Amino acid sequence: MSVYLDHAATTPVDKRVLEAMLPYFSEKYGNPSSIYGFSDEARKAVEDARGKVARLIGAEPSEIIFTSGGTEADNLAIKGVAATCKGKRIIASAIEHPAVLDTCRALEKQGYEVTYVPVNKDGIVSVEDVRNAIRDDTILITIMHANNEIGMIQPIAEIGEIARERGIVFHTDAVQTVGKIPVDVCRLGVDLLTVSSHKLYGPKGVGALYVRKGTGIAPVLNGGGHEKGIRSGTENVPGIVGFGKAAEIAAAEMDSDAAKMRKLRDKLVEGALKIENSWLNGSRENRLPSNVNLGFKFVEGEALVLELDCNGICASTGSACSSKSLEPSHVLRALGLPPEYCHGSLRMTLGRQNTEEEIDYVLDVLPKVVAKFREISPFKKDFGEYEKSTGKCGPHVH
Amino acid sequence: MKNQQGSVVLMYTEKLMEHFRNPRNMGRIEDADGVGTVGNPVCGDVMKLYIKVKDNRIEDIKFETFGCAAAIGTSSMITELAKGKTLDEALEIKNADVAESLDGLPSVKMHCSVLAADALKAAINDYKSRKR
Repeated sequence: MSVYLDHAATTPVDKRVLEAMLPYFSEKYGNPSSIYGFSDEARKAVEDARGKVARLIGAEPSEIIFTSGGTEADNLAIKGVAATCKGKRIIASAIEHPAVLDTCRALEKQGYEVTYVPVNKDGIVSVEDVRNAIRDDTILITIMHANNEIGMIQPIAEIGEIARERGIVFHTDAVQTVGKIPVDVCRLGVDLLTVSSHKLYGPKGVGALYVRKGTGIAPVLNGGGHEKGIRSGTENVPGIVGFGKAAEIAAAEMDSDAAKMRKLRDKLVEGALKIENSWLNGSRENRLPSNVNLGFKFVEGEALVLELDCNGICASTGSACSSKSLEPSHVLRALGLPPEYCHGSLRMTLGRQNTEEEIDYVLDVLPKVVAKFREISPFKKDFGEYEKSTGKCGPHVH
Repeated sequence: MKNQQGSVVLMYTEKLMEHFRNPRNMGRIEDADGVGTVGNPVCGDVMKLYIKVKDNRIEDIKFETFGCAAAIGTSSMITELAKGKTLDEALEIKNADVAESLDGLPSVKMHCSVLAADALKAAINDYKSRKR
C-alpha cells in the first residue's frame, strides 16, 4: 500500500485544476499585457483567478498580487515593507518558516533589528509578548498563521488588533492555513498575507501576497510593472488559472475536507500514542485538522522516515526544507523540548484523499518501525548519563 | 535497497540502505572485553560497540546505535570490517574505509563514518585499559 502523508510539503494537483489549466499552455497562450484581442482570454482568466483567490480569503481582487509562490510572497512582504518604512525594528516569531526567518536574518545584516518572540510549550505565540516587543520604531510584525511543522494555529486576530492600535504593518504567512481552515483577512486584521497554490491542490510555482489597500510596499522584482508595479514579470497564466480553480474548490469543499481530516488525524494521534514513550508535539487544541507531529524517545526521525518509505508511507521529520541539515528543528527547540528528544520527531500531514484504511495501515506499520529502531538503539529506558547533557555536536569521544 | 516505488532513496547508496535495513552484528555482548561509546544524543547519534577479544584478535563484535540511517549503516559496516582482525589491524581502519565500503556517504553524513571509526578505537582502548 502507498500512503502519502506529507501534504504540508505539497499536495497533488486536483484533476479539475489540471483541466482548467490545460488550455492556457498552447491554445490560449497570449501575454495578458498585449493589447490585441487574442490576449483577452489570458487576461480575463488571470482576473477571474484573482477574484477566486480574493474570495477565499475575504479580500478585494485588487488586493491580490500574484507571485512565484510562498517564499517570494514572504520576501516581498518583509523586504517590501522594510524598504518603504523609516523604522528599523521588526517582530517575528521564533517558529517562522525559513522563508520568513532567513529573510529577517538577511535584513539583520543590513542593520534591521529583529525580535523573535518565543512560543509556549504548545507552540503558541503569546499576544502579550508581541505587545511587549513593540517599540516606537517597529515597522512590521510577521507571525505565521499556522506552523508548518506542528500545525499550531496562532492568535493572529488578537495580534492584528494590537498592530492596528499601534499603526504597525502586520504580515502573516498563511501558507499552511488557506484552504484548510477559514481565513478572512478582515477578521484576522492583517495587512499582508502569504498564500501558496501547491499547498491547496494547485500547481507549484505560483502564490500570492494579499496587500491591504493603502499598505505601502516596494517591489523586490523590478521590470515591466506587472501586478500594479509590485511584482514585475509576465504572469504565469496557466499556474494562476490553476491556483484560482484550486481556491474555488477549496472554498466549496474546505468544511467537509476538514471534518474528514480531523477524524483521521484524531485516529492517527490516538493510535500512535499507544506506542510507549511517544508524545504529540504541540497540543490537541488549536491544531490544523491535517497535522500530526509525534515524538518518539530513543529513535531518530530520519531513520523512521526512511523505513516508513520502504513500507510505502511518505512522511517527514519536520520541514522538508530542513531535512538535509543535521540541526534539530528550530520549532521543536522553541517548544523547550530537550535536544535529544528533538531528533525523534515524525510529521504526518493529511490531505483530502486520505482514507481510514490508509490510517489503519500506518497504525499497523508504525509501531513495528519504532520497535525496530529501539532494538537497535543503546537507549531503552532513558538517556542515562546523557540526560540533560549539553555537549557540543560533531564527532568526539567520551 | 529500493523503496516501494522501486527507486533508490536519493541521498544514500544501495549498499548503505541495505546495511540500514538489515544491520549486521546488531545487539550487545553482555560479557564484552571492551566497550566503546561515542557521540551524544543531543546531536542525534550515539554508537556503542562491544568487542570480545581472543589471542589479540576481535573474535566477536556487536553494536547498538541511536541515529540516522548513515549512523546505523556505518555501525553495521564497521563491525563487518573489524570482525576477525587483530587489534592492530582494527586500529588501522579509517573512517574513509567505512565510507568507501558503503560505496560512499553524502558529505553531511561523513561524520557518521568518523563516529564509527572512533567507536572501534574507543572499544579497543577500553579493552587495553582493562587489561592493564
